[in-house]
Amino acid sequence: MTRMGFLSVRGVSMAFPIKGGGSFLAIEDISFDVERNEFVCLIGHSGCGKSTLLNLIAGLMLPTSGDIECQAARIRGPGPDRAMVFQSHALLPWMTCFENVHLGVKQVFGRKLTRAELHDKTKQALQLVHLGHALHHYPCEISGGMKQRVGIARAFATEPRVLLLDEPFGALDALTRAALQDELVRIVDTIRSTVVMVTHDIDEAILLSDRILMMTNGPKARIGEVVQIALPRPRDRIELAENPEYAVYRKRLLEFLYRKQRIEQP
Amino acid sequence: MPRRSWLASLLLLAAFVAVWHLLTSSGSGAPSAIDPEYARLAGQSAGAGPTAAIPSPGAVAQRAYELLANAFDRSNPNNLGIAWHLMYSMGRVLLGYVLAVIVAVPMGFALGLVPPLYQILNPFIQVLRPISPLAWMPLALYTFRDSSVSTIFIIFICALWPMLISTAAGAGSVRHEWLNVSRVFGLGTFEHVTRIVLPASVPMIMTGMRVSIGIAWFVIVAAEMVGAQSGIGYFIWNEWNNLQIASMIVAIVLIGLVGLGLDIGLSWIGQRLSFRE
Repeated sequence: MTRMGFLSVRGVSMAFPIKGGGSFLAIEDISFDVERNEFVCLIGHSGCGKSTLLNLIAGLMLPTSGDIECQAARIRGPGPDRAMVFQSHALLPWMTCFENVHLGVKQVFGRKLTRAELHDKTKQALQLVHLGHALHHYPCEISGGMKQRVGIARAFATEPRVLLLDEPFGALDALTRAALQDELVRIVDTIRSTVVMVTHDIDEAILLSDRILMMTNGPKARIGEVVQIALPRPRDRIELAENPEYAVYRKRLLEFLYRKQRIEQP
Repeated sequence: MPRRSWLASLLLLAAFVAVWHLLTSSGSGAPSAIDPEYARLAGQSAGAGPTAAIPSPGAVAQRAYELLANAFDRSNPNNLGIAWHLMYSMGRVLLGYVLAVIVAVPMGFALGLVPPLYQILNPFIQVLRPISPLAWMPLALYTFRDSSVSTIFIIFICALWPMLISTAAGAGSVRHEWLNVSRVFGLGTFEHVTRIVLPASVPMIMTGMRVSIGIAWFVIVAAEMVGAQSGIGYFIWNEWNNLQIASMIVAIVLIGLVGLGLDIGLSWIGQRLSFRE
């Protein structure tokens, strides 16, 4: 047995039943470890099963074979110790920003903290994403970028052991995305969280990750290559643009995605 | 633009009334088209000539004024004001409807949350749903031996299905991402139902309630024609027996207006209770 990481994925396969019999093997025999406080990105073409893998870590689905352990405890279902930021922000539109964050906070700390403390914790989380002024706004009253910030606040407010991000900035425009990426870097530095993020954006992956796992195209997707990103932190996107190392990482990712894992155009 | 469309609607109404006036005023001098035999049977009013034809807009307006002026008159129990009839009808609708809400919403919720339950009950729902509410009337009269209770039962049975089905659909089709939020943050069953499923299904529940109130208001008229001694349906039938065509037209218009009012009211409540995105 190899050394166990903080989060450990061991020989995980996931098959989905197909209508009319048979099954679709989305990912096959994937193994990797994530260290404490490490930021890992899963990158690959859409449909390669990277979101499936993230959902498995979240416990929203259980793998057909293999298993996933977090701090040596087997994952049997979803839980707030692996809080997730969803691609579609998934805020509950009938609750204010405050209530959306409070829902998770109360669930996790409801037994340990007083009402006032829960209230403060919720408020702090929203202040950390610079939304202290929008506590009592409803999701329909704020912009897409602000909604996703609430989604991020909701996830880390529960102080998860692992923060799972499923293409959290995919639905945003480029400028908003850049602003939120910077904010995420700052938050992750502040709370020293372990993060697993799914993305298909090469620059985003390099800017944020300690390590990038590149996935081959599905079906039967596996991890094709792993790159350790040794760029010093804090990273600045403007300085990185001229960094020769950055260009090397970028080329390697591009080569993998567009040469080795090219998608045949019909 | 909305203002212009209002203007056009008013013009259309005016044109309609004008045509109506032309058609009816020219026929005012013509002899009665009513079969004299029928006129004898229906009573003296039927034979009175012009009153038996479709009345002119002026005559209807005149009648509307008389009816509305005495709308709250209850001095003569055999000739209640029209407002009382409307209130009787609305009271019955309200009672039957509230009963239907009390049954349909929790039951629909259960069906939506527990799919096997839905599958078991679905054949019964599908058979009961298309039955015309009036088909129940004789059975209801026989069982309850009271016309008011029977009409309320009819309203209950016709208002039940749309609410039941759309509540079940609402509770059973909560958006996947919201269910995932509930699972990821580990909400208990009670919290899951009250804070996620219920608010998420409010728009569907309200849609069902709007459809139901429309149907209930439809059905009350027919139900009261068959078995009631009060209410707007009874009023129309009674005026028909007296050949008071103008009164019938006034009542028809009032039914439309009240129906519209009920729908606007429920739609307003629905908007207040539903989430916005």
